Amino acid sequence: MAKITFITSDDETIVVEGTSGSVMELAVEHNVKGIDGDCGGVCSCATCHVHVKPEDMTKTGPASEIETDMLELDDNADEYSRLCCQIEISDAIDGVELTVAK
Amino acid sequence: MQKSELPDPFEKARLEKGIGEMKDQNDPVKMILRHKDVRKTAHNYKTFQSGAIPGRIVVPSEVNIRKTRQIPFELDPPIHGLYRAIVEPWFKRPLQVDYTEKLTDQISELVEETLKKDKVEVIGEFALVLQSRALTLLLNIPYEEAETWISWGTHVFRSEDTALDADKANILYDYIDKEIDKAIENPGADLYSMLLASEVEGKKLTREEVKGVMVLTFAGGRDTIINAVTNAIAYLSEHQESLERFRKEPEIIGKAVEEMIRYFSPLTQMGRVVTEDTHVCEHAVKADTRVSLCWASANRDDAVFENPNEIVLDRKINPHVGFGFSHHNCLGATHARQIMKVLLQTLADKIKSIEVFDYKENIEDLDEFKRKVGYDYINVKFNRLTN
Ligand code: HEM
Ligand code: FES
Repeated sequence: MAKITFITSDDETIVVEGTSGSVMELAVEHNVKGIDGDCGGVCSCATCHVHVKPEDMTKTGPASEIETDMLELDDNADEYSRLCCQIEISDAIDGVELTVAK
Repeated sequence: MQKSELPDPFEKARLEKGIGEMKDQNDPVKMILRHKDVRKTAHNYKTFQSGAIPGRIVVPSEVNIRKTRQIPFELDPPIHGLYRAIVEPWFKRPLQVDYTEKLTDQISELVEETLKKDKVEVIGEFALVLQSRALTLLLNIPYEEAETWISWGTHVFRSEDTALDADKANILYDYIDKEIDKAIENPGADLYSMLLASEVEGKKLTREEVKGVMVLTFAGGRDTIINAVTNAIAYLSEHQESLERFRKEPEIIGKAVEEMIRYFSPLTQMGRVVTEDTHVCEHAVKADTRVSLCWASANRDDAVFENPNEIVLDRKINPHVGFGFSHHNCLGATHARQIMKVLLQTLADKIKSIEVFDYKENIEDLDEFKRKVGYDYINVKFNRLTN
C-alpha cells in the first residue's frame, strides 16, 4: 500500500492510496487534473508528466532513458521530472509527493 | 509475405543517410527518417515552421488547390497555442462515458450489419461508414448527417486518377460553408457553433478561421482512420489468435491500439518549411525549402524499437510518433484511440475469424520509396463467434 499526494496546477492537493499498477493509472482513476494518460502508459504521449518532490527522488528513482529522451524536448521538464506511467506503485514509494506538470 | 504486412521501405536510407528525397511538384522535400531527428525537428518550430503559405507543409503539396489556412495545424507557437486551447477540451470529449457508450453502440451495430453479409468491401462499406458515423459524435451533430459524408466516397481530397483533385475539395468546402451559415443562423451545441462563439485575445474567430478548423477536422480524420481500421481488419484476418487473446486479456487492448498506430502509421509524413539555412542529420538544408517528418520511418527505427517490423500486441514501451510529436501532436488522437479500442473489443466479442477474398494494395509513390499504407479495396467476410 502506498499513499501518494498529487498537487495539481490549480494548487489542489489530492491524496490517494494504491497497491498495484502505475501511478498514472491511479491518477486517472481519481481524476487528477492534468494527468490524462492518453497512450495508456506506453511512453508515447507525455500527458502523465509530474515533478517529484526532490527529497522523494530516492523513492521513485530517476527517469529512465526513454523518459528523458521524451522529456528532453519539453520546456517544463527539470531534473525531478518523471512520466508517472513509468512509476510502479509499491510500498517503496509510500508517501511521495508529485506536482503535476503544466 | 503475409497479405496484411506493411513493409518498411525506408530502412536502408534511414541507416545509411538518415534522409530521403522527394521531388513533389518542383518544391522538393528532404524526408527526415530517424526517430530522434524527427522528434527534434518537430519540436523546433522556429527553424521548421508550419505557418507557411497554406498547403505547403502537406506532402504532396496542396498549395495549388486551397487557400484556406488549416487551424491550428498551419500556425506556429505562440499563436498556435491560443487556437489550440480553444479546441483542445472539445477534442477530449471522447473520454466521457456517454461518448464511449454511443460509439460502442454504433460500432456494435455496424459489426452486426456486416456479419449478415456474405461479402463486404472493408474500405467503402465498413471503415468509411464507421469513420463517418463516429465523426457525428465528435462534431456533436445528428447521426443522419453521416449519410452525406458516406455518399462523398473515400477520397474527398484525393481521387484515384489525379493525386490532388480540386473538384473534390470543393465539395467539402461548399458543404462546410453551408453548415457554418446554418450554425450562424441557428446556434446549437455543435462544434461549428462552439467555434463561432469562441474568442482569441478578445476577438471572435473569423468565418475563415472557423472554416480552417472544420476543414482540418474533416480532412485530418478521414483517410487516417480509414487506413487504421482497414489495416486492423486485414491484420486480424491473418491473426485469429489475436482476437482470442483480446477475449482472454482485454487489458492489453490499449497497448495493442498504440502498437497498431506505430506499425500502420496511417499518416506517412508531414512537412515543415525551413526558415534559415541549417542541417538535418548532417545534411545541409536551405531556407525556404521543405523537409518532412516521416512518422512511418521513425516508427520502424530499430534504435528505439525492438523487432520494429513485428506487431507486438502488448509492447510495453512504445514511444511511437504515429500521432506526431510536440506542439502539433494529433488533436484527434483521443477520438481515434477510442474508435480503435472499441473496434478491437467489439470484434473480439463478436467475431471468430475474418476471411479475405481479394484486395488491391494502396501504394504511396514517394519517388525514392514506395510505401504500402493500406488498401484500395479489400473484400472480406466476418464469421460469427458462437459458444
Ligand atoms: C489514426 C488516426 C490518426 C492519425 C494516425 C493522425 C496523425 C496525425 C499526425 C501525425 C499529426 C501531426 C501533424 C504535424 O505535426 O504537422 C496530426 C495532427 C492533427 N490531427 Fe490527426 N491523426 C489521426 C486522426 C485524426 C482525427 C480523427 C482528427 C480529427 C477529427 C485529427 C485531427 C488532427 C488535427 C486537428 C491535427 C493538428 C493539430 C495541431 O496542429 O495542433 N486527426 N494527426
Ligand atoms: S501515459 Fe503516455 S507517456 Fe505516460
